[in-house]
Amino acid sequence: MFKFALGRLLQAIPVLLVVITMTFMLVHSAPGGPFSADKAVPAEVLIALEAQYNLDQPLWQQYISYLSDVLHGDFGPSFKYPGRSVNELIYSGLGTTAELGFYAMLVAIFIGVIAGVTASMRPNTMQDYIPMTAAMIGICMPSFLLGPLMVLVFGIHLEWLPISGWGDIPGDKIMPAITLGTGYAAYIARLSRGGMLEVLSQDYIRTARAKGLSEFLVVGKHALRGGLIPVIAFLGPAFAGLLGGSFVVETIFNIPGLGRFYVQAAFNRDYTMILGTTVFFATLIILFNLLSDMLAIWLNPKLRQQVRGESS
Amino acid sequence: MKQRQPISKSPLFSTLAMTLIMSLLLSSCGSSESNVESGNRTGTLHWGNGTEPQSLDPHIATGVPEHHVITSLMEGLVRKDSKTLAPKPGVAESWTVSEDGRVYTFKLRENARWSNGDVHNAHDFAWSWWRALQPALGNLYAYMYFPIANAQKYYQGEITDFNEVGVKALDDLTLQVTLANPTPYFLQLLDHYSMFPVHQATVEKFGRADERGTRWTYEGNLVANGAFKLQSWEINRAIVVVRNTFYHSNDSVKLNSIVFYPTENVTTEERMFRAGQLHYTNDVPIDKVATYRADNNKALKVTPYLGTYFYRINVNVPHLQDKQVRRALGMTIDREQLTEHVLKAGQIPAYAMTPPNTRGYYPPVGLSFNPEAARKLLADAGYPNGEGFPSTEILYNTNEGHRKVAVAIQQMWREHLNIDVKLLNQEWKVYLDSESNGDYQISRAGWIGDYVDPNNFLDMFICNGGNNRTGWCNEEYDRLVLEVAPRAKTHEERLAIFGQAEQMLMDDLPVLPIYTYTSKHLVNPAVKNLVDNILDQPSYTEIYLQGESN
Repeated sequence: MFKFALGRLLQAIPVLLVVITMTFMLVHSAPGGPFSADKAVPAEVLIALEAQYNLDQPLWQQYISYLSDVLHGDFGPSFKYPGRSVNELIYSGLGTTAELGFYAMLVAIFIGVIAGVTASMRPNTMQDYIPMTAAMIGICMPSFLLGPLMVLVFGIHLEWLPISGWGDIPGDKIMPAITLGTGYAAYIARLSRGGMLEVLSQDYIRTARAKGLSEFLVVGKHALRGGLIPVIAFLGPAFAGLLGGSFVVETIFNIPGLGRFYVQAAFNRDYTMILGTTVFFATLIILFNLLSDMLAIWLNPKLRQQVRGESS
Repeated sequence: MKQRQPISKSPLFSTLAMTLIMSLLLSSCGSSESNVESGNRTGTLHWGNGTEPQSLDPHIATGVPEHHVITSLMEGLVRKDSKTLAPKPGVAESWTVSEDGRVYTFKLRENARWSNGDVHNAHDFAWSWWRALQPALGNLYAYMYFPIANAQKYYQGEITDFNEVGVKALDDLTLQVTLANPTPYFLQLLDHYSMFPVHQATVEKFGRADERGTRWTYEGNLVANGAFKLQSWEINRAIVVVRNTFYHSNDSVKLNSIVFYPTENVTTEERMFRAGQLHYTNDVPIDKVATYRADNNKALKVTPYLGTYFYRINVNVPHLQDKQVRRALGMTIDREQLTEHVLKAGQIPAYAMTPPNTRGYYPPVGLSFNPEAARKLLADAGYPNGEGFPSTEILYNTNEGHRKVAVAIQQMWREHLNIDVKLLNQEWKVYLDSESNGDYQISRAGWIGDYVDPNNFLDMFICNGGNNRTGWCNEEYDRLVLEVAPRAKTHEERLAIFGQAEQMLMDDLPVLPIYTYTSKHLVNPAVKNLVDNILDQPSYTEIYLQGESN
């Protein structure tokens, strides 16, 4: 397992290098600069600003010095917020976004697994159709529609829940978590249904049932472990997706998270911030994919043997 | 066979359910009082502030959200009356102006102090203004200093000795400022944050004086001279300022603190207001204005704003070089219809660049809605009934409001001139790039006044001016704005010269004025003494809260 993890981490290095290079080229080739503004920027000011952020150097020199900074764990200063470093900005939003992602993931697993398992127990009956139709609606319902709808119903009309903020007013984390988690719940429902259907038709399940075990034990003890492997494989990229894709929910609910910085950085042409957040998210995706693969291997004896065989 | 146990009774279900509910609910324990209710009780104003401020350094910052926070923390020599916008004492308790209108002598308050208790004197202004004119700092508002004798030359490196610039601290409490020309709006400039003083010891503690982006303005570091001081700055969450007990007029300040929220999503902001989380919104969604109006909701405040929404015309485009064509386009925009039925937020149709009654100035009426005359002009230009009119495009930055205006104008030109124009929207920075490179034909634009004077709207269009961007150049216009108007003997004479210049601009029409802006806010009834003005600048030292609980 260690060798497997190490191998995957080594593979990540060229991937990250490609990500940095491509993002660097793209941001520098996008029209409009970080200092262009509605009011004309005097030539003296532009020269001073470009010199301060090394934009007066040839592009290849900027690239080399950026790579060197990244290797030292320094994403550089933000162009948009003078005096703040990209590391500091990522750090300031990461906690909130991670917390939002964690709650959203709980919502997604909770709703998704229940719906998927329920559906798989009686396939092609109403017990299957109802949760799966709901899942399809969940996949199709974008968060920019679900969020405002929930705000109108639970925030404005019923006045049950706060409509914005994060950790400022009691209950203000509920609607963002549900809004962000619902789409993923729908995917998890479909994955867990598929996984469970496959497992429930296996011989060992038939054997368990033949032994007279209760359906609860059959599903809960024997089937779930194998049936949820597709879900576990999905959790890694899903969590990375939740972190990177929280922008819409953060905007709707005015949450001070990282997702907002990410998208604003692109609009502001904040080169270092775009690069920093992209590299950061790319690293997260690689790590979460690795973690979920390792978890799937640990849960699945077949995969475990395969990895051992490759290692030896 | 045993009966199947419902999944809802399984341990997995219970664990997940408990984790979820406990995490969400227990993580947000506290009281259920809304921000507005608690704010009314504690004297805390909850203020929707648009975007996250980039910087609180008055010599670096630009933008309205920055303006709000900085004016709560800092003060210039002079302030403005919130209603009349007439100058009134700030750090200076009085001032005199020489007969020729060029020398201003300010007497500073003896009790002026910085927020750490340090004495605040005239030398602070001289040093701060020197700092603001250092090109390395990247001050976009350096031009605000240019009325001061030799300030522009110093900034552009033509002279290197700051002693030659017209700023002298005669003693601790006396500051003398000498101007290049009499500048009637000079006192107004002193209330702009770019001319606010900064605390030298604090600035130098965190870096060089001309170093951009040091940490001197951050929480725990910032020392300033305003009615409030910075308590906390959590990025994308809130900036909290609390009463500064060293402020010279602390006794007259009513609020105890202000919380500025970055509320860039105007729809979310409006919902926050309805849920009692804000006393004041930075803006109101355009679609909601009509609803608030229909409900006769007194929270909606719409006030004329010193700004003009207009279209730039690139006069270097061959078929737009002919001023008859530009005039025909200008005369077929039905501005009344546009403001009443498309914009619906009290905007005022504009027929000139400068908004009416800008410091007593009324622009000449040189443009009207007259489709018949417009068709004749177009025919004279070689396009009878719009035939053969080359392909033309309106460029605007991606925004629903701009799109609506562009669609309406597209239809008006089709109806009245029988010409088809295309619409092109671009993302903000791309649009800025296209416009400043002259890569457009007709382009949406807006200009908000920094100070109340026609000069602020007319000096944009001097030849090669950075904000001109139309390619239009008229040397006589430049002479009137840059040389004749500053030397005018009386206010009336000066306004007449500006009128003459604006008439030239409206005759040639490199721009099509469309409407004068309005500022739109939602204000909780508990907020008292928030006075409307055309600069949309609140005075936090005068505002107080009086809610039902008081």
